[in-house]
Amino acid sequence: MGYEWDFAAVFRHSGLLLEGALGTFRLAGMAILIAIPLGLLVALLRLSRLPVISWLAVIYTDVFRTSPSIVLIYWFFFAFPLLVGVDFDTFTAVSLTLGLQTGAYMAEVFRGGIQSIRPGQWQAAKALGMGPAMTLRYIILPQAVRRMIPVFFTRLTELFKATSLAAVVSYAEVVQMASRVSSETFRPIETYTVVALFFFVVIFLASRLVRYAEHRFAVPE
Amino acid sequence: MSEVLRVENLHKRFGPLHVLRGINLSVKKGETVVILGASGSGKSTLLRCVNFLEMPNEGRITVEGKLVGRATTKPGVMAYSNAELNALRARVGMVFQQFNLFPHMTVEGNVMIGPMKLRGMSADAARTLAHDNLRRVGILEKAREYPARLSGGQQQRVAIARALAMEPSMMLFDEATSALDPELVGEVLLSMRRLAEEGMTMLVVTHELGFAYNVAHRVIFLEGGEVHEQGTPQQVLLNPQRERTRDFLRSHTLFRLPEPGGGL
Amino acid sequence: MDHEWDFAFLLDQRDFILRGLMATLRLAAACVAAGIVLGLVFASARLSRSAAMRFIGTAYVEFFRNIPVLVQIFWCYFALPILTGMQPDAFVAASVAISLYAGAYLAEIFRSGIQSIEKGQWEAARAIGFGHVALMRWVVLPQAVRHVIPPLTNQVMEIVKTTTVASTIAYGELLYSAKVLSDQEFRPIESYTAVGAFFIVLLTLVSLLSSFLERRLRRHV
Repeated sequence: MGYEWDFAAVFRHSGLLLEGALGTFRLAGMAILIAIPLGLLVALLRLSRLPVISWLAVIYTDVFRTSPSIVLIYWFFFAFPLLVGVDFDTFTAVSLTLGLQTGAYMAEVFRGGIQSIRPGQWQAAKALGMGPAMTLRYIILPQAVRRMIPVFFTRLTELFKATSLAAVVSYAEVVQMASRVSSETFRPIETYTVVALFFFVVIFLASRLVRYAEHRFAVPE
Repeated sequence: MSEVLRVENLHKRFGPLHVLRGINLSVKKGETVVILGASGSGKSTLLRCVNFLEMPNEGRITVEGKLVGRATTKPGVMAYSNAELNALRARVGMVFQQFNLFPHMTVEGNVMIGPMKLRGMSADAARTLAHDNLRRVGILEKAREYPARLSGGQQQRVAIARALAMEPSMMLFDEATSALDPELVGEVLLSMRRLAEEGMTMLVVTHELGFAYNVAHRVIFLEGGEVHEQGTPQQVLLNPQRERTRDFLRSHTLFRLPEPGGGL
Repeated sequence: MDHEWDFAFLLDQRDFILRGLMATLRLAAACVAAGIVLGLVFASARLSRSAAMRFIGTAYVEFFRNIPVLVQIFWCYFALPILTGMQPDAFVAASVAISLYAGAYLAEIFRSGIQSIEKGQWEAARAIGFGHVALMRWVVLPQAVRHVIPPLTNQVMEIVKTTTVASTIAYGELLYSAKVLSDQEFRPIESYTAVGAFFIVLLTLVSLLSSFLERRLRRHV
């Protein structure tokens, strides 16, 4: 086959790729900011004693978890603005989509975490005189969040990878920039290899960091 | 002596199960009352109704002269507000069978959280209070440890300190030694006994007849959701008047005749 | 704002849509089948006694799981042909990429399923005199299957959703058909809503079916 690899051509366009990487991080960051509070809220609604409210939460999580991300992106970019009469730029559409979808997954993560705490903890807090909000804040969530860290991180890596789908609506994230670089340099192999490595390295390093942090801040149980 | 707790005609049902059938009970300041009864007699439920971890279906509970809740149109049925119940629970300490310490906090953190968050105490003041109470149950040296590093007996003493730090007007003990290995029971009973001797008002559900005999001012025997027999420990434990009480005492092999001087 | 919904054109185009649906199912089936084979192979590698095999298993899982499937599809479609000198059609490129991606997830599911069986079971089987194969066949796998079914169903659902990413290389599955129709009929709202609804309904049915099966299996434990 004797293909001659030439990464130099790709690195001459590293400015574009860096810009794309920045776009990727911006998108992921915004989606996280939406997803975490939303996930907690939906989890609490899901655990509500009112059946109507918990059903609404179930419908929300099920709809967003059974829809392919890319379909949701198209929907929020092409259909939703027409329906409500607003104009979304690609960043808004994609970060909203991924935020809403990750929020649905996060809701399940939060719910699992909260439900994994033994009822005795709620009772002990209640017996001290704490109300539900205070119990959640000081007793339940601090324990739940520690247990959630691995699943939580899995969700974040899934989100980080899903940002690549923003390329389908031409948002300038790293894959979109890569296809531009690739068509300018005629070097798809090197370009897509670099992008693949970018994702691999970021996620791999982050996972080591999380593992270290988990170990470092572990509480004996 | 003034009355700390009065329970009048208390009923509790779980679906078709009528667990408490009109309990009347009064505990005076400084008094230690032990509730005995076979499993299923409703003794834990009674205790949990006193601080409303279970909601009674019917009946009136008065704590320190104040009636809890408001009467409704249905006779005997009361309505309660959450704020009122939380305030009540802060004044009534409870110790559980399973300790239920907060595993993500240190021992002193467990004792400090209530005073800080519910009584608005500063961290420094709460720490001083926590240390005082940990000393009271003899476990101050573990203040910086996490609960998981402690034995069951030590954990239970921390749970007692946690409840005491709220400076409650009375303490409830729900089979506080039942989950402990036999060799760890003594240290917890000793802490409870000291507390009783300091004049704490206590309502204690236990199977430790020795504790009942040596520490209680009064013993109540519960059977079928009703007060079956009550009196001084000597009366109830040594000279029970009713058949079911006698059966119960016979089946409790743990009961040893008291030695003079009455050590635990 | 006052959008008049009109799904009628979807009926007129039912043959076209049906073709898209068949393409989605074909791709999903191929990826599920290949992914399960890859998953079993690499799960065994990760559980192997040989350190080299374990390394290969781990490397495969970490590598393919941490790179966005879109990047892998692009790599197979745009980069691979230059190396091999053969242009795969969109179906082949997408099914290779998605299978490798899904295989990494499935390997982890199988591995943790097998590892979830208590040590006592292995020891008991060895004590009776079972060899490795008999032990796996009669003791470990029948129990592991039960642990594996819920995450396996989830993963199959993820694979079905992932097939939509193949639309980016113009593979004519459902989303791609929707895109074409949307451009043709100027009806993005209906097109994307319909394709989203399709996935929601399909995957909700799958998940209901699987929890039904799960309950039936659990009856015998």
